[in-house]
Amino acid sequence: MTSANPYLRLAGIRKDFGSFTALKGVDLDIAQGEFVCFLGPSGCGKTTLLRIIAGLEVQSAGRIELAGRDISTLPPAERDYGIVFQSYALFPNLSVADNVAYGLVNRKVPKAQALARVTELLKLVGLPGSEAKFPAQLSGGQQQRIALARALATSPGLLLLDEPLSALDAIVRVKLRGEIRSLQRQLGVTTIMVTHDQEEAFAVADRIVVMNHGAIEQVGTAMEVYRDPATLFVADFVGRINALPALAQDGGLRVGQQVLRCEHASVHGHASGRELRVYLRPEDVLARPIAPGDDNVFEALIEKIEFMGPYCLVRVAAPSLGTQPLTVYLSLNYLAEAQLHEGSRLPLRLLPERMRVFS
Amino acid sequence: MSAVVLPGTAPRQRVHWTERLAHAALALVALVLLAFLAAPLLTLLQKAVEDGDARFVGLANFIAYAQTPALLQSVWNSLWVSLLVTAYTVPTAFLFAYALTRSCMRFKGLARGITLVPLLAPSLLAAISLIYWFGNQGVLKSWMLALGVDQIYGAPGIVLAEIFSTFPHALMILVTSLAASDARLYEAADAMGTTAARKFFTITLPGAKYGLISAALVVFTLVITDFGIPKVIGGDFNVLATDVFKLVIGQQDFNKGAVVALLLLAPAVLTFVVDHWVSRKQTAMLTARAVPYRAKRAPLFDGVMSLYCVAVCVLILAMLGMAVFASFATFWPYNLQPSFKHYTMGLVDAEVGDAFVNSLLMAGGTAVFGTLLVFVGAYLLEKTHGAAPVRTAVRLLAMLPMAVPGLVLGLAYIFFFNQPANPLNGLYHTLTLLTLCTIVHFYTTGHLTAVTALKALDPEFEAVSASMKVPFYKTFWRVTLPICTPALVDISRYFFINAMTTISAVVFLYSPETKLAAIAILNLDEAGEIGAAAAMAVLIAAANAVATLLFMALSWWVDRHTQAWKNP
Repeated sequence: MTSANPYLRLAGIRKDFGSFTALKGVDLDIAQGEFVCFLGPSGCGKTTLLRIIAGLEVQSAGRIELAGRDISTLPPAERDYGIVFQSYALFPNLSVADNVAYGLVNRKVPKAQALARVTELLKLVGLPGSEAKFPAQLSGGQQQRIALARALATSPGLLLLDEPLSALDAIVRVKLRGEIRSLQRQLGVTTIMVTHDQEEAFAVADRIVVMNHGAIEQVGTAMEVYRDPATLFVADFVGRINALPALAQDGGLRVGQQVLRCEHASVHGHASGRELRVYLRPEDVLARPIAPGDDNVFEALIEKIEFMGPYCLVRVAAPSLGTQPLTVYLSLNYLAEAQLHEGSRLPLRLLPERMRVFS
Repeated sequence: MSAVVLPGTAPRQRVHWTERLAHAALALVALVLLAFLAAPLLTLLQKAVEDGDARFVGLANFIAYAQTPALLQSVWNSLWVSLLVTAYTVPTAFLFAYALTRSCMRFKGLARGITLVPLLAPSLLAAISLIYWFGNQGVLKSWMLALGVDQIYGAPGIVLAEIFSTFPHALMILVTSLAASDARLYEAADAMGTTAARKFFTITLPGAKYGLISAALVVFTLVITDFGIPKVIGGDFNVLATDVFKLVIGQQDFNKGAVVALLLLAPAVLTFVVDHWVSRKQTAMLTARAVPYRAKRAPLFDGVMSLYCVAVCVLILAMLGMAVFASFATFWPYNLQPSFKHYTMGLVDAEVGDAFVNSLLMAGGTAVFGTLLVFVGAYLLEKTHGAAPVRTAVRLLAMLPMAVPGLVLGLAYIFFFNQPANPLNGLYHTLTLLTLCTIVHFYTTGHLTAVTALKALDPEFEAVSASMKVPFYKTFWRVTLPICTPALVDISRYFFINAMTTISAVVFLYSPETKLAAIAILNLDEAGEIGAAAAMAVLIAAANAVATLLFMALSWWVDRHTQAWKNP
């Protein structure tokens, strides 16, 4: 998705810390109004990339354009963004109103106007009337909303969120991420959020940038990244996965003693006999419906059932597919209905269109 | 995507004008530290390898020194006295710190407060008191003789007085170290049925290990570099610190004086290096999730600990009380009627009144300008970016004073500022130079306090401000400074109290017009006016006590006016 006029363009961004390369030449275009998440394990360079966009770190090489302007060498104060950190970074000795108006006061915005803007922003983040409070009187989630209001006060063109939800507890996290998303839609501000939580990225992002070892592994929508991982790393990192060793065989696959039909494009172009790996998500192994004569069906033996709520995580042995156990999701109702327990046997089917092949 | 990345053409961020301002300020701090710390010390090194006519002689001064038996005797004296004091002070202070942190005894605050009192007076107050207790006309001289010590002048007096004056320093370190313990370790040990003794040797002692090392080194260095106590009660017992004074002021042998000063620098530098290493280890030991230890009631243990603390406090008060009592005694030991004779004698006849005003001016100046310099320096180091070489230089120079004994610093100042060719020569003998010297002398502790306070602030304040296009100095003024005011009050109190009592650095730098009260005490003692000397020492302690109260009031006021956000 490279448009002709991206709002933010990163070209060849590289960052070296001594002999360690944190970013290995990152290229990325972000369109106006887009919500993009940088997703990756810790140390993958996602925060460094965000800080380079903010001008808090200086890239070792590469170019950054914001709204058509080259900002590669501009100090933070001359770029145009608002930023929210994991630690909130609210000024503890200033009231909520003074915090939110901090950037406005500096721009000589008349007092009455600044006050009106503060009221408007506090309403926007769902904390109307908290002007006179001090940050210490607010919960973590409330503090982060104030930080968000402060970042948006000067109507920046770009909003940067550095793991904004990581310090909050689970329930607040889910609630606030939904609010951030709807706020972003409402204001249309181009937003980049750094996170290591894939669920969070799935929930809010228009596009997800999966990073590893200082490089972009894949850029795509949540569905693309999940259903069609571009690399082994993405397949492993995003969601739960089964990896089976396989051999290419006449445009199909041999796994263990079974020949399987695969309808994923990645199955093509491998010489027969080549060692491959098949990646398959637990939900792509079905227990029903299985009709007589269906392909890709194998006999499974339940080794372990882990209760997860509405469904169970079931580990099965599949002797005909080799020694590697598979993990599948089976609904609680189905397990009860079919009277399945550890030690039970049942037929399972691999979905041919979901089997992603890597060489 | 047409970015052609050429190696070696790393983009440089344009420096915002506000950042240039920060760099200029940092350069100014660096300049002050270079002129008033680095340059004098370099001159001192230079003197040590020159002869009297400024010709380079290599190690000749050191060799000549090593061949002087009397001087080598001083090295030995300094060493064993310092070791002995360390061996007494550290266990005594450890037990006291243990009582304060691990028992449920009552009046802990009072006990702690009493132990801090010696810090308010010049260290030589202890020496003066000892003379009244055990001197030629001492009250308890017979007790001392019965113990087989013929006279207090010399090593016995030095050791006793040094134990008294170094005790608070060791105690502060050990209390911090013992307080930083994780209760969960003890709970785990209890769960496994561990005996009290085993807990002490496997948890408490290893936990306090670094504190003990640090306290021992600090005490050793304080003693070996202290000048006031051996001067007053040392008699014919020569130590390195008094040698420096005799060589430089008495014999005007600057080069040999520089050699001795370098000898004094060695243990201080060693202490500094080890302490640095120790503090790193210590912080790594205690995680943020540690649960602080809470003592449980244990009547017998608490009782024994209380008795011990009472005994120590009584000794401390006896030491102080004797000086106070003697300062009011009309004619020791014949007429003990209280009178202000010694005070009038000291303040009026010996003109200590002027010296006292000088001291207050100097301490006030140190408290104001020292705090300003230290805090701005620490802020620029911690919260601004760029100008890396200057930054590294300031960081090193800020830590250096910790490793430089006052005596060495004072000597270095003479060598550097007493050169007619030095454009700063005009400062020599002025109160300004005394103030600057004192600021530099106590710089590191103030710096570390400021750094700790600044590190407690969210590191992203500056980034957030920059994103809102607010220049750093506005955030400094509106956020950083108000939050850090309690630390500022602490730093200025530390500067004030130390400036009032310091002798070692300034003893080389005063003129008759700029004499300080603490130095006047030395002169009175030398002139045999020990009553007046006691009176002046008490007066300094009293002034410091009043100052402490004022600082406490100030910090209460500051808390109310700038820290309201903490408990809204």
